[in-house]
Amino acid sequence: MGWILVTSATVILFLQNYPLYIRSVPTENELKFHYMVHTSLDVVDEKISAMGKALVDQRELYLGLLYPTEDYKVYGYVTNSKVKFVMVVDSSNTALRDNEIRSMFRKLHNSYTDVMCNPFYNPGDRIQSRAFDGMVTSMMIQVC
Amino acid sequence: MEGLTLSDAEQKYYSDLFSYCDSESTKKVAAHGRVLELFRAAQLPNDVVHQIMELCGATRLGYFGRSQFYIALKLVAVAQSGFPLRVESINTVKDLPLPRFVASKNEQESRHAASYSSDSENQGSYSGVIPPPPGRGQVKKGSTSHDTGQPRTSADQQEPVSPVVSPQQSPPTSPHTWRKHSRHPSGGNSERPLAGPGPFWSPFGEAQSGSSAGDAVWSGHSPPPPQENWVSFADTPPTSTLLTMHPASVQDQTTVRTVASATTANEIRRQSSSYDDPWKITDEQRQYYVNQFKTIQPDLNGFIPGSAAKEFFTKSKLPILELSHIWELSDFDKDGALTLDEFCAAFHLVVARKNGYDLPEKLPESLMPKLIDLEDSADVGDQPGEVGYSGSPAEAPPSKSPSMPSLNQTWPELNQSSEQWETFSERSSSSQTLTQFDSNIAPADPDTAIVHPVPIRMTPSKIHMQEMELKRTGSDHTNPTSPLLVKTADLSEENKINSSVKFASGNTVDGYSSSDSFTSDPEQIGNNVARQRSHSGMSPDNTAPPPPPPRPQPSHSRSSSLDMNRTFSVTTDLCVHTGQQQAGVVAQPPAVPPRPQPSQAAGPVVHRPVDADGLITHTSTSPQQIPEQPNFADFSQFEVFAASNVNEEQDDEAEKHPEVLPVEKASDPASSLRVAKTDSKIEEKTAASAPANVSKGTTPLAPPPKPVRRRLKSEDELRPEVDEHTQKTGVLAAVLASQPSIPRSVGKDKKAIQASIRRNKETNTVLARLNSELQQQLKDVLEERISLEVQLEQLRPFSHL
Repeated sequence: MGWILVTSATVILFLQNYPLYIRSVPTENELKFHYMVHTSLDVVDEKISAMGKALVDQRELYLGLLYPTEDYKVYGYVTNSKVKFVMVVDSSNTALRDNEIRSMFRKLHNSYTDVMCNPFYNPGDRIQSRAFDGMVTSMMIQVC
Repeated sequence: MEGLTLSDAEQKYYSDLFSYCDSESTKKVAAHGRVLELFRAAQLPNDVVHQIMELCGATRLGYFGRSQFYIALKLVAVAQSGFPLRVESINTVKDLPLPRFVASKNEQESRHAASYSSDSENQGSYSGVIPPPPGRGQVKKGSTSHDTGQPRTSADQQEPVSPVVSPQQSPPTSPHTWRKHSRHPSGGNSERPLAGPGPFWSPFGEAQSGSSAGDAVWSGHSPPPPQENWVSFADTPPTSTLLTMHPASVQDQTTVRTVASATTANEIRRQSSSYDDPWKITDEQRQYYVNQFKTIQPDLNGFIPGSAAKEFFTKSKLPILELSHIWELSDFDKDGALTLDEFCAAFHLVVARKNGYDLPEKLPESLMPKLIDLEDSADVGDQPGEVGYSGSPAEAPPSKSPSMPSLNQTWPELNQSSEQWETFSERSSSSQTLTQFDSNIAPADPDTAIVHPVPIRMTPSKIHMQEMELKRTGSDHTNPTSPLLVKTADLSEENKINSSVKFASGNTVDGYSSSDSFTSDPEQIGNNVARQRSHSGMSPDNTAPPPPPPRPQPSHSRSSSLDMNRTFSVTTDLCVHTGQQQAGVVAQPPAVPPRPQPSQAAGPVVHRPVDADGLITHTSTSPQQIPEQPNFADFSQFEVFAASNVNEEQDDEAEKHPEVLPVEKASDPASSLRVAKTDSKIEEKTAASAPANVSKGTTPLAPPPKPVRRRLKSEDELRPEVDEHTQKTGVLAAVLASQPSIPRSVGKDKKAIQASIRRNKETNTVLARLNSELQQQLKDVLEERISLEVQLEQLRPFSHL
C-alpha cells in the first residue's frame, strides 16, 4: 500500500499509508501536499473497494482524477500489490491530458518495479534508488 | 626492451607510480595526463622528458606500458642524478636514487621515494629481476589506490622472487609472511597473486613507518576503511577457484566470501586502470568473476537469483544503498537475476567501489552485458576490448550474448516503444472512451431526430389532415409514423375517444417526453375535444364531404343555406363530443322528426325520421321505439318531405356529402334517399334534418334544425336535445306522417332506417377516426414541442461552458 505523490509540486510514494517516496518540485507548501495526499488516500481506498476485481488490467490500475480541488487535481493509481501512487498536479498547468497522466503513472510503475527487483531493496524501505529519482525528476520537469 | 633491473624499493616505487598514473586500471599509461605531470614534477627539462620518453619506447608505442613506465622512471632517476640519459644507463647506474618528483601531487611520491630510497639504500640494490611487465599475466588492473597498486606490482614482481625477496625485506615481509601464512594455508601459485598483494600491501603499509605519512597520504586516495575492508574481506581465505582451500568453502556462502575476498585481493593487487577505460575488466578479473559465478551458478548460461547475489555482495561490506545502486546498474534487463555478464559487471563495480571509485550514474559501456549490437546503446570506446574479453572467458559470454543482446538490444527499444505503445494505447483507449461516450450520446440524438420529423411533419395542418381523413373516411397515412395512424385507424368506432386517449398516452411513451405526453394527454384530450369543438365551431378548411369538419365555412358552402352549415357544425360538434352520444344526438334529431310521423304518409318525412331513427337506433337505445317508427316514417316522411323537406335532405346531404346536398329546396325523394343512404355523418344530417324535418316546409324546417343544432352543440343538452329531437322528430314524423306517403313509408322506413343506420355507423366511424386523428396530431405536436425544448436545453449547456 505504498503511495507516490507527484505534483507539479510533489511526489510522494506511500506504502501502507505511510510514505515510501516523496518528491516535490516546488519545495514550499509540502505539508499542504502531504495533507492532500492523505485525504486522497480515502478516495483511493474507496475506489479500490468499489472495483472489487482482481484483474491486472492497466485501466483498472489507473484510478483517474480522484478529486479536483480549487488549485490542484489529484490523480491516483494503484498497483497490484496495493501500492498507491498519488499525483498532485497544479491546475494552473495546462491541463494535462489523461493520456499523459496515464503515461506518467506507467513510468512510475515501471520504475517502481525495477526498484522492487533489486534484491537489496526491502519492501517498505524508503526508495533511494537513483534511477527512480532520475525518472521522477525528469517526469516532473516535464510536467512543470 | 632491455631488461630493467630494479631494486625492490624501486620496484615498489615504480609500481606505485604506475598505478598512480594508471588511474584507469589498464596496463597502459597514456603519455599525457599523470605521467606527464609526473615527469614534469621531476623537474626535468622538457627535452629531457622527451628524451626519456623516447628512450623508454613510449613514443614508439604511444603509451606507457609497465616496462616503459619503469624505464622512464629509471631514466628520470638517472636524469635527476645527473647522469646522461642513455638506455644503458638504466642498468648501469647503480645506486640510483629513486626519481624524485617535486610536484605537489608527487610529494607523496617524493616522500615515498625518499622512503623507498632510504629502504633501497638500506637494502642496497637488490637486483630483483623485473619480470617483463607486459608479459606478466600478473598485471592486473586495479583501483587507483596507490598503496594497493604498489604492493600488487611489487608482489607481482616479487612473486617469482618471493623466496628471494621475502627474506630481504624483513620489515615488510614479516607481516607479509604473517599475512601469507595466515592467508595461505597451502600456498598455491594461483593464490599467490591473490594473496601476495593483499598481505603484502597491508604489511607494507605497516612496515613503512616512515612512510606512514605517505601511507596516510596514499591512503588518502583510497580511504583506509575500504582497504581495511579489503583486508578483512580478503581475510577470509582467498581460496578463489580452489574450493579445497577451506572446509567451509564447500558452502556457497563461504565460498562466495572467499571468492569475493580473493577477488577483492585480486583487485587490490591489480593496477589502476588506464585512462582509456576505468571500468574495463581485465582478463584475470574476468576469469575470476566467471569462477565466482560458477560457484553460485554452475551453469554459465544461467542466472544468479537476486537473493544469492544479495548474499554474495553483502559480504563486501558495502552499504546496502551502494549495493542497491550497483544492482541497479548491473542488472541490465531488470529481471532480478544476474547473468554472467551482469554478475561480472556487478562484481567489478563492487570492487571499484571498494577501491574508492565512485559508482557511476549509469553503467559504463565496458561493463554492459555483451551484446551483439552494442554500438548504438553505448560508446564505441572500449567495447572492442570488452568484446575481446568476452571472447576470452570461453563459451559463456558468447553463448549468452545471443540471448542477451536480443534482450538488451530490444530493451531500450522496448522502453521507448513501450512508451509509444503506451501512449498509443492510451490514446486509443481514451479515444475509444471518448468515442464510446460520444456514441452513447449519439443514439439519443437519432432517437430524437427520428422523433422530430414525425411531429414536424405532423405540424403542418392537423386540421387539414383531419379533414383529409374525414374525406377519405379512412386512416390518414400522411404521417410516416404510421403506427400511430395505423393504430388510430385500427381503433374501432366504438369508444373512439377513450381509445384515442389511451393510444395517445401510449404513443407518447415512445417519444422523448413520456411524462409530458402523459401530462399532455388530458390536454390532448381536451385539446382534441376543444379542437374538435373549435373545429366544429370554425372548421375553416374543412371541405370534406363528411359533415363534421366544415362548420361555418363560407367557402365550403355546399348548402346554400346557412342553416345547413350550422346543422353541419352542430352535427360535427355533436359527433366530436361523444361519438355515440353525438351520434345518437345527431341521429336523433334527424331521426326524431320522422319518428312521430310513422303513420304519416309523408314519405320523405317518414324517410327522414327513418334515417333519424336509424341513427338513433344506431347510437342510442332509449329511443328504440321511435326509430322503429321513424323508420317507417322516414320513408313516408321522406317522400312526403321530398319536396318540402329540402332542408332535411340538405342537412343529410350536407352531413354526408356536403357537395351533394341540394339547395334548400324540396329535394327529390331520391336525392333524399341518396342522401340518406350515404354513410357520412348521418347523425349530423339526421340531426340537422330532424329539426329540418320538424318543419313542414323547407323553410319551416330550416329554423327548427338551427335551434336543434345549437342545442346539440353542448353535450349536456344532448338528452334534452334528444328529447327535442325526438319531439321534433316526432313533429317531423308527424309532418311526414301527414304526408300521403305514409303507408309506403313503412317499408321505406325500414330501408331508410337501415340505411340511416348504416350511414350513421359510417359517420360514426369516420368521426371516430377523425377524432383519433386529431388527437394524434395534437400529441405529435406536443411531442415535437417537447423535443424541441429538449434540444434547446441540450444546446444551452454549451453556452454555459
